[in-house]
Amino acid sequence: MTRTGSDVSLEPGRPFDEPWQAEAFALAVQLHRQGVFSWSEWSATLGAEIAKLEAVGDEDYFRCWLNAVETLVARKGLASQDELAGIAAAWADAYRDTPHGEPVRLGRPAP
Amino acid sequence: MSEHRHQDPPSPMALRVKALETLLVERGVVDPEAVDAILDVYEHQVGPHNGARVVARAWTDPAFRERLREDATAAIGELGFLGMQGEHMVALENTERVHNVVVCTLCSCYPWSVLGLPPAWYKSHAYRSRVVMEPRAVLREFGLDVPEEVEVRVWDSTAELRYLVVPRRPAGTDHLDEEALAALVTRDSMVGTAVLPDVDGGTGT
Repeated sequence: MTRTGSDVSLEPGRPFDEPWQAEAFALAVQLHRQGVFSWSEWSATLGAEIAKLEAVGDEDYFRCWLNAVETLVARKGLASQDELAGIAAAWADAYRDTPHGEPVRLGRPAP
Repeated sequence: MSEHRHQDPPSPMALRVKALETLLVERGVVDPEAVDAILDVYEHQVGPHNGARVVARAWTDPAFRERLREDATAAIGELGFLGMQGEHMVALENTERVHNVVVCTLCSCYPWSVLGLPPAWYKSHAYRSRVVMEPRAVLREFGLDVPEEVEVRVWDSTAELRYLVVPRRPAGTDHLDEEALAALVTRDSMVGTAVLPDVDGGTGT
C-alpha cells in the first residue's frame, strides 16, 4: 500500500487537539443555525482573521476561529469584547478561589 | 489550619470560550444542549466514510452517477448526507485526462457532510497558497505524480460551493460490491491529493 505525505486514514481521527477548540467550533455552527450570521459572513470573517494572523506568521487555526466567533458576537451586539474579557477574568478568579475537588462556580452578581 | 489546594485556571483560550458560552447561554442566544449535539455529530458521526459511500455508489450505479453529475446536493442527500450550512455540492469526476484537486484559499471551506472536518494540512497556509499556483509540485509532495498528459484542475471552495472529488475506480475491483468498494476510498482521494491504488485481484497471490 502506498501512503501519501499526509494521513490517508479513512478514520476521521481527532479533529480537535483540545476541548476548547471543539467548543468554539460548535458555538459557531450553533450561532449560524440560529440565524445569528450567514455562513458566507462566517467564512469572510474567519478568512480575515486567518489573513491577519498569517501576516504575523501565526498559523493557529482555532485561535483564528475563536477570534472570528468573538468578532461576530460583538458585531451582532450579543456580547462586547470588554464583557467577554470581564467574564473570562471572573472565571480565572473562580478557579483560583475554589478548593481542589469542588465544582468551580462563577462568583459574580447577575448582570 | 486547612490547606486547600486551589485550582489552576484553564488556558486563556479555554477561558475565552467559557466566557462566550457563559454570556451566550445566559442571554438565551444558544442552547448548551444544541452545542453538545453538534459536537457529537462532528466528533463521532460524519467523516470520510460518508463520502466513500457516495463514491462507491457512483461507481456501481450509473443512474446515481448521472444524478450526481446533474445535482450533487440532491444525489448526496439521497444517502442522507445533508449539508449543515445550506451549501451547494458539486461532484468532480477524475478521468484519464483530468485530475481534480480542491482547496479553500480564503479559509477552510470543506464538504463537512461527506468528509467531516478538514485535516490540518488543508487549513495550512502552505497548501492554500501554493496548490493554485503550482498544483503538480504540491501533489508531488503528497506522493502523487500526475502524468504530464493529465490536466490538473484546482477548485477553490466557498461558503456556498463545496466540492467532492470522485476518484477513478481502481483496476482489479470488478468483483467487489459497493460496501467493499467504499472501504477502498480514502479521504485524500476525495480532496484530490491522492489517487487510489489498483487492487491485485483474482490470482490469489
